Amino acid sequence: MVTRPMPDPKILIEHLTLHYSDGTESLNDINLAIPANAITVLFGPAGGGKSSLLRCINRLNDLADVKTLSGRILLDGENILDPKTDIIALRRKVGMVFARPVVLPLTIRGNLTYGLELAGERRRSRLDEAVERSLKQAALWDEVKDRLDDPASALSGGQQQRLCLARVLALQPEVILLDEPTSGLDPISTGKVEAALQELKKNYTIVLVPHSVQQAARTADYAAFFLQGKLIEYAPGQEIFTNPKDKRTEDYVMGRFG
Amino acid sequence: MNETLSWKEYLITRAIKVTGYSAIVFVVLIFFFLLREGLPTLAEVPLSTLFSIRWYPIEGYYGILPLLSGSLIVTLGAALIAIPFGIGTAIYIAEIAPRWMREILKPLVELLGGLPSVVLGFLGILVLSPFLRRLLDLPTGLTAFTGSLLLGGIAIPTVVSIAEDALDAVPRSYREAALALGATHWQTIWRVTLPAARSGVLTAVMLGVGRAIGETMTVMMVTGNAPVLATSPGALFSPVRTMTATIAAEMGEVAGGSVHYHVLFFIGLVLFLISLAVNVTASAIVFRTRTRAERILS
Amino acid sequence: MRKRIPLLRNRHLVQRLGFSLLTLMAALTVLPIIGVVLFIIKEGLPAISWEFLTAMPREGMRAGGILPAIVGTLYLTLGTAIFSVPLGVAAAIYLAEYAPENRLTRLIRIAIINLAGIPSVVYGLFGLGLFVLFLRFGTSILSASLTLSIMTLPVIISAAEEALRAVPQAFRTVSISLGATRWQTIRRIVLPQAMPGIITGIILGLERAAGETAPILFTGAAFFLPRLPHTPFDATMALPYHLFVISTQVPEMPFQIQYGTALVLIVFVLSMNLIATIIRSRARARRQW
Repeated sequence: MVTRPMPDPKILIEHLTLHYSDGTESLNDINLAIPANAITVLFGPAGGGKSSLLRCINRLNDLADVKTLSGRILLDGENILDPKTDIIALRRKVGMVFARPVVLPLTIRGNLTYGLELAGERRRSRLDEAVERSLKQAALWDEVKDRLDDPASALSGGQQQRLCLARVLALQPEVILLDEPTSGLDPISTGKVEAALQELKKNYTIVLVPHSVQQAARTADYAAFFLQGKLIEYAPGQEIFTNPKDKRTEDYVMGRFG
Repeated sequence: MNETLSWKEYLITRAIKVTGYSAIVFVVLIFFFLLREGLPTLAEVPLSTLFSIRWYPIEGYYGILPLLSGSLIVTLGAALIAIPFGIGTAIYIAEIAPRWMREILKPLVELLGGLPSVVLGFLGILVLSPFLRRLLDLPTGLTAFTGSLLLGGIAIPTVVSIAEDALDAVPRSYREAALALGATHWQTIWRVTLPAARSGVLTAVMLGVGRAIGETMTVMMVTGNAPVLATSPGALFSPVRTMTATIAAEMGEVAGGSVHYHVLFFIGLVLFLISLAVNVTASAIVFRTRTRAERILS
Repeated sequence: MRKRIPLLRNRHLVQRLGFSLLTLMAALTVLPIIGVVLFIIKEGLPAISWEFLTAMPREGMRAGGILPAIVGTLYLTLGTAIFSVPLGVAAAIYLAEYAPENRLTRLIRIAIINLAGIPSVVYGLFGLGLFVLFLRFGTSILSASLTLSIMTLPVIISAAEEALRAVPQAFRTVSISLGATRWQTIRRIVLPQAMPGIITGIILGLERAAGETAPILFTGAAFFLPRLPHTPFDATMALPYHLFVISTQVPEMPFQIQYGTALVLIVFVLSMNLIATIIRSRARARRQW
């Protein structure tokens, strides 16, 4: 597999290898350049290592039982796997949306201001501003603007997931990681999330693990195919879904396995 | 874990970690003080006296055998009551009772666990022992048997709550599989659910018995306090005195540092070691089955 | 196999008998509890009066009130809470949120189980040895409270840890992913969610402490005091010990006062139990996960 030369990528992953103690998902010598202002899709069958890779990019794997981790992940040229990295700052810069919408047991507003307050923002006006901006970006403002102080758990599943996206956006990150963000949603909610992503990519670097090949094809500017911990093929979206180079990618894209 | 911690967070985290070890510290401290105050006994009282059958401290007789036998007989009686009734009630609550009944029964059993033992002792003196004396035509109602009855009641909540948890933790699929194979509900309970929960039920029994051995106030109030070696099963219906009751009754009157004082601590040491043995065994059962379950599941 | 039909009929008969037996056992376990409580209420209620609750004992405790015992039990319960709550909750946070799965943690768990199983009278001996004599706190509210705290600790730790562990892991992951530190996550998300469970555990632990006699026998309990305690270094009367005293040590004690004292004690203890139960069920109903 050849990594295409890419001028000035936002994230550059070099020789990343990861093994968990319990022997589930692993990553073997991954090399990947992720551009800014685009949606990069990581797809492939379950257990291929996509989620693990996402969790490396904001160091959420620190919470897991990792046996070996080697290689480098450069974000704007800085190796974030370096032990000296300020991971709190990193996580504010690299936000994450999870497969299941997990709203914190707070109000809608509380969910959105949570990260900012932790970062030390106390000014009410700034917080209100962030709430409105992030909700609009996530296409949720009109639905919840009159009940910002209701418990977030009262929202529907689709609304909760957009709230999770807004919660990340409130922190004004540079990179947004999404791990099957629409897997539990109905088609209408899924459409809203995907539309929001298309809008967001103008200002953010987006890395998405889709919940289906169809979603991958719909959303990808760039797409990377993962199989059993290896990166099989990486190319612009139109190329990989219409004219895959690797037989395995082709079989998967055509629905012959997976 | 490399998190940038503010000094405040660093201190809090440190403090929390230190408190985490407090349980170990206290067990060690308790053991240490029992040793410190109890071990001089071995120098002051000849072993032949210590393991004799006469407890009469005023004249220097420190035979702890009658106290051991007293604890043993009362605990045995209590176990004979608490084990069947505790497990039976646990099975009823976990497997048979309708949901609303369960919601009533569980708090009620918990409530029994919360009743101060001194209240049960009080009722034992005023109500149960006169009743038993008349019923069984005994010279006194303050007997090992009276103690066993009440102690059984005190141990039951422990047995019920742990055994019920264990039964509740048996996966529903086990029961469904058994029922699907044509077993009756009753057969499923005996052949599938109960065996699957056996380590938890065993733990329940052990901790229940442990609770009974250590109980103090009730037995002090209702067992008649006669330090007589139990030699026949008939002793169940005569007054006895347990180790716990001896400590509680006599510690208030001894001079600190006297032989009697040391012997009472020595008895406390024996009680501590018994409860240590019971609980370490019980937790070994729990840990062993848990790791086995984890191996199977992973 | 030959006897299939009779066997089948037999099975169902066995089941019916077995179920009846278990039901009977459960009834025999539970009905006496209700009986005991009702009996004490019935016998003790006539003794309850304003004077009984607010006056000092008179005539060798055979008349008057039980105020010093009530106040003493309040003090002891409070004193126990002061020491055992912060320690117990912090230890539970350590076990639920920080402790790695290793030998040392397992040792801590075994120690907790052991603390829970140590006979209450042995706690009394320990309190006598450490607090009363070695640290020279004397027979006092302080010594008794400290002794009761250590006895209560395992109850609080276990209940609080269980409550913390019940908070979904996803909340922690999300909070961390938003740039929270571990402690911020605990303080802002996990603790508030676990709070009802923790409070329930605390109350149940203190309930046990309030009803105990053996641990305070030689660490802080007074047979009779003509006045209320003034400082933590005073000994104190307490409801359970008072009940013990007036039912075994004082001849010709009026039954009414005995039953009245028992009633006050169980009302004290059972109302704590009731509050805990209410908190728990209300929290369960309101829970968002």
